[in-house]
Amino acid sequence: MARAAVSRRLTWRAATVVAARWETPSARTLVLDVPEWPGHLAGQHLDIRLTAEDGYQAQRSYSIASAWPGDGPVEISVQRLEDGEVSPYLTDVVEPGDRIEVRGPVGGWFVWRDTATAPVLLLAGGSGVVPLMAMIRARSLAGGRQPFRLIYSVRTPEDALYAEELRRRGREDAGLDVRFVWTRKAPDDWPHPPRRIDLATVDTYGWPPGFEPDCFVCGPTTFVETAADMLVALGHDPKRIRTERFGGA
Amino acid sequence: MSIISRGFGGRRRESPPDLPPGQYLAHDFPVLSAGPTPRIPLDRWHFTIVTETGEKHTWDWKQFTALPAEEITVDIHCVTKWSKLGTTWKGVAIDTLFEEVESAADYVMAHSYGGYTTNVPLEDLLDGRAWIAYEYDGEPLHPEHGGPARLLIPHLYFWKSAKWVDGFRMMHEDEPGFWEDAGYHMYGDPWREQRYHGD
Repeated sequence: MARAAVSRRLTWRAATVVAARWETPSARTLVLDVPEWPGHLAGQHLDIRLTAEDGYQAQRSYSIASAWPGDGPVEISVQRLEDGEVSPYLTDVVEPGDRIEVRGPVGGWFVWRDTATAPVLLLAGGSGVVPLMAMIRARSLAGGRQPFRLIYSVRTPEDALYAEELRRRGREDAGLDVRFVWTRKAPDDWPHPPRRIDLATVDTYGWPPGFEPDCFVCGPTTFVETAADMLVALGHDPKRIRTERFGGA
Repeated sequence: MSIISRGFGGRRRESPPDLPPGQYLAHDFPVLSAGPTPRIPLDRWHFTIVTETGEKHTWDWKQFTALPAEEITVDIHCVTKWSKLGTTWKGVAIDTLFEEVESAADYVMAHSYGGYTTNVPLEDLLDGRAWIAYEYDGEPLHPEHGGPARLLIPHLYFWKSAKWVDGFRMMHEDEPGFWEDAGYHMYGDPWREQRYHGD
């Protein structure tokens, strides 16, 4: 398995929220200015720590949404979980100018490097698209020509993060194909009723196993289990399938 | 010195006091793994300990489940911040396995079907502190949660409790396993918040 030793100590840094934008009615991107950010690979995440006035603290991990051009801010996209402790704060309370503590980047397995040459198959469920978007952006930033395919399963068009950017990149980024799977409500001009991701969809809009693509699957547990099982059933080498799950509050 | 998060109250009144630092209480059982879930038929399941001299001790499913088993109720703590209290398992204490094994090595590399590895000092596996568990909540352990059998080391972060475990390799020197090699802590004590290298 790939080696990615990280020996540097991860220290908490006071990040400043420099901008925020809604991706959907319940998902918000925070643009963070992190002093001395060491840079990150597409797919990595960071930890956020909030502190209440009485000293109580809460920590959560969030996938990084942006590629790293060498300097500048770092973006995360946060899906509000109604019963969550941290996500509603990040979506509904934090405003530009506020500071929050950040450390990272974390994770050396669910990553894509722009030096990799293999075709890439990205399977996203819901807000699991975030680290996969970072990979698409990193490829674009590097001017990469690796064949990329994204299959993005999401409930309704209103719930799709980065929908406009994905459509634009699907047209403009050579070698990138984007396929949406609507599970509850499809756009009016969609050729078939909403349905869950199935074997035929992954077979048709993914890469054949013979191309030996690197597969990245991210989403809620049920999506990841189902999609990863489909890839194995279609003949993809389990060692080329990397998974990441979103859960908790 | 932490900075105060304006307008953040938290939900500490709902949190029990006995959680390690930085953890929150999960009511479901989140799943974490790095790849697809392997399915291992019981008639092909084996667990093997290879000592530092190359000596092998192997149990098949029938032999393994015939070993004395214990009911275990423990709290578990995942490095991704969730903790789950009072989980109940059935499994074989690692002490029981080592009754048959001669080893002078201090470290263990646990390995799994699917290729996962994690390193643990041997002393953390002994004295009733670790098990190979094959039941959860009175049911056979589901593949998503590491079935047929997983390592259970509740006093360390849960990535050390290797799912789909298929053996131990005894080592004189500590070596990093899968997540340890990807930036996570070599030991992983949740009470000292040893999440990442350097913590």
